Amino acid sequence: MEWMAWTWPTAIFFLIIAATLIIFTILAIKFPETPRMGVLRMETTRGDRLFIALLGSAFVNLAWLGLLSAPQWGALIVSFFYAVAVFRWV
Amino acid sequence: MNKTVNQKAWFLVLPVLILVAFSAVVPLMTVVNYAFQDTFGNNKFFWAGLDWFSDMLESERMWSALGRQIAFSSIILAIEVPLGVFIALNMPKKGFWASLCLVLMSLPLLIPWNVVGTIWQIFGRVDIGLLGYTLDKLGIDYNYTQDFYAAWATIIVMDVWHWTSLVALLAYAGLQSIPNAYYQAAKIDQASRWKVFRFIQLPKIMGVLMIAILLRFMDSFMIYTEPFVVTGGGPGNSTTLLSIDLVKMALGQFDLGPAAAFSIMYYLVILLISYVFYTVMTNLDKREGN
Repeated sequence: MEWMAWTWPTAIFFLIIAATLIIFTILAIKFPETPRMGVLRMETTRGDRLFIALLGSAFVNLAWLGLLSAPQWGALIVSFFYAVAVFRWV
Repeated sequence: MNKTVNQKAWFLVLPVLILVAFSAVVPLMTVVNYAFQDTFGNNKFFWAGLDWFSDMLESERMWSALGRQIAFSSIILAIEVPLGVFIALNMPKKGFWASLCLVLMSLPLLIPWNVVGTIWQIFGRVDIGLLGYTLDKLGIDYNYTQDFYAAWATIIVMDVWHWTSLVALLAYAGLQSIPNAYYQAAKIDQASRWKVFRFIQLPKIMGVLMIAILLRFMDSFMIYTEPFVVTGGGPGNSTTLLSIDLVKMALGQFDLGPAAAFSIMYYLVILLISYVFYTVMTNLDKREGN
């Protein structure tokens, strides 16, 4: 495992991702859903919306880092609101 | 009626998931770990925070490689897709010649990447290559090792030679599956050749064409071997595409941290574009289903 060069921040990051995936899997089994049509005019399920939220957040963080010199947690706040918007409207 | 989706079948893909975990997820996690650290070898790592990401975002080198990559992918898609469809439209529909065409079209697809690179590397040489020698004798100043335009023309023509068949074969399969009734209806309406293409053939092959575009985009965006064998990324850095630059950085200079940050961004771009393609494709399928 040493060659994988684990650090606490990256381990926590992956644990959160893994936990989210497990929670969404359980949700999908316990409460099956029908895909719905959102503002992007395409059918999405909860899983799709999670994917869009995560991928978009990665780009929000990169854009924040590249364009602004503000602390990085600002990007996390923006990502949070972005994710809420995705789950609400997409 | 809205039917609920049953997600339990996902448990059946568990064995594949375990396989993928070892071949993709573990290496990906390692890359993420490397992206936040610095190393001088010997398995010793030092926390570097977001430094490599900021460095890469400001790196002229990465942006120009990305620019070249986008230019390369756009050019080959702009040539291969219309050319592939054109070839498919003109291929014989059945009989001996159809089979012969299919075999001939498949040949370039069967050749390994590095062999394709070597073929074109020799083919383009001015001293012994048929193409280079002929162009030189015609008075055209062609030298892919020194001239920017010649290098780009060579890698583009090489890619078109190697992969147009894929688009053509997929489009051909799509065309073959159109029932004859559509053409008969068009004949009754006295539709022109263009209208038959625009309103019957193109919509019917759209699904496979999207798959062809997605495959060609992905492959060309990750291309390494062919241009590397032909030009080695030169002259200068003019054909250094993303993956060539990445390998230079990670293995040539052993800059694992910056290279890891670079690959994560590269991966995110591919993920985004593939997701968009996938969504468009599935939506097209659904629309056709309705």
